[in-house]
Amino acid sequence: MIIADKKPIQEIIDQVSNYERILVLGCNECVTVCEAGGKKEVEILASVLRMHFLKEGQERKIDERTLERQCDHEYLEEIRDVIDQYDAVLSLACGVGVQFTAEKYLTTPVLPGVNTCFLGANEQRGMWTERCQACGECVLGKTAGICPISRCAKRVMNGPCGGSTNGKCEINSEVDCAWQLIIDRLKALGRMEDYEIVAPIKDWSTERAGGPRKVVREDVQV
Amino acid sequence: MSLNTPSRLEKVLKQGNLAVTSECGPPRGSDPEAVTSKGALIKDHVDAVNITDNQTSMTRMSSLAACIHLKQMGIEPVLQMVTRDRNRIALQSDILGAASFDIHNMLCLSGDHQSFGDCAQGQNVHDLDSMQLIQTVRLMRDEGKFLGGDDIKRPPKMFVGAAANPFADPFEIRVPRLAKKVACGVEFIQTQCIYNLDKFELWMEGVRERGLEDKVFIMAGMTPMKSAGMAKFMKNRVPGMDVPDEIIDRLSGVPKDKQAQEGIDICVEAIERLRECKGVAGFHIMAIEWEEKVPEIVERSGLYPRPQV
Repeated sequence: MIIADKKPIQEIIDQVSNYERILVLGCNECVTVCEAGGKKEVEILASVLRMHFLKEGQERKIDERTLERQCDHEYLEEIRDVIDQYDAVLSLACGVGVQFTAEKYLTTPVLPGVNTCFLGANEQRGMWTERCQACGECVLGKTAGICPISRCAKRVMNGPCGGSTNGKCEINSEVDCAWQLIIDRLKALGRMEDYEIVAPIKDWSTERAGGPRKVVREDVQV
Repeated sequence: MSLNTPSRLEKVLKQGNLAVTSECGPPRGSDPEAVTSKGALIKDHVDAVNITDNQTSMTRMSSLAACIHLKQMGIEPVLQMVTRDRNRIALQSDILGAASFDIHNMLCLSGDHQSFGDCAQGQNVHDLDSMQLIQTVRLMRDEGKFLGGDDIKRPPKMFVGAAANPFADPFEIRVPRLAKKVACGVEFIQTQCIYNLDKFELWMEGVRERGLEDKVFIMAGMTPMKSAGMAKFMKNRVPGMDVPDEIIDRLSGVPKDKQAQEGIDICVEAIERLRECKGVAGFHIMAIEWEEKVPEIVERSGLYPRPQV
């Protein structure tokens, strides 16, 4: 899923300070699971903002709403009848949701309430780690199910580099060396001979490098 | 003896001599004197001189420009290129630029992560990795082709090198990893600094078991320690470095003002031992900001004079 993290409260206050009527808009998908932008976080953030402005002697209209998804026309339509009641939307969705909301409501400022971080997994309660950079051409079948693009600091396709020490990356002794993990798993799979297959130069045009991407599936279009 | 390039280093190695290379780090400024003065110190004692490419990710004068300064004073440069900072367009372009100055040696590296340097907030590129850079330069040289498939007019004549670290983890893939670089077309290897001679010899045993020493020239990397403090720093702070305690103990065992000399002695003794190790084709002496000591190390190790080829 998409992992997001809270923005510093001061940054959020600075963003919304010019607006009288604010809708704090949560999303019930990824950001709910990673506890950054779901209903619970909407409630907390709205309360913090109300308290802040009250302390400043200002009364502002700060409402709460959480949609099923902000990356889907259908759910975003649910706020069409109320959008004009607000001077700004503070979206706690990922960057996709923020943009999709902004595209839909052209004349309402939509501000990001979280930092969208990466595609990752729930490692343990309160800790999420990156697993995918959406390169558009999955190599996991060749790398024992461990992604060197998202998990190696140098995205080395034929690793490990010389900085791998005790299974950890040269950038930080708390970061696993992706290639150590790949080798451990190749061993577990009894496929160590695969290590010597040279990974060819990668076509990065399916990644960010190729410009904004689009998936079109005629088979599911209506 | 068939030569693939006009490289002097290639010739020295293929004639069966123990080759000697050293290294100069370009300055953090634009004074060419900072390169040429280092070059002058070691000129007659080495076959070629590596120029590092923004090592430890500290921004410096470009490797290519520094190589040109050396070339113009009659020193044979080894252009180090890391894949951290340039994409395949820039890498190929710089290879051609180097070839236009008749620079004939190159070392293909991935480079230290930028978080070690002065631009920790910068992007890294890693469009290719070091193995793919080896393949790229071999394609450019042997097929006369760009990666995009077009012909190159006057292809580069590069003798292609890479690094190997026998001490990084996991140890068991260190020989297979070398085999992979050989499969990609590497012709010479300069290893990480060797302090743990036993472990290096064990690695070489694995290299010989696969006959890799017949397919690639392996130059043993040597860096003399200036002090016990440097040895401790290398042991504890430099990734992928293996410094046995006995080295630190030996340096600590002599007075501070004698430690540098002790470091040189350790280095010379290591060369004397490793020149007997089958498959070692030469030595890469990296005296970091201590280039003036290279002649002494080369002479005392019996590697002087250098062959005229």
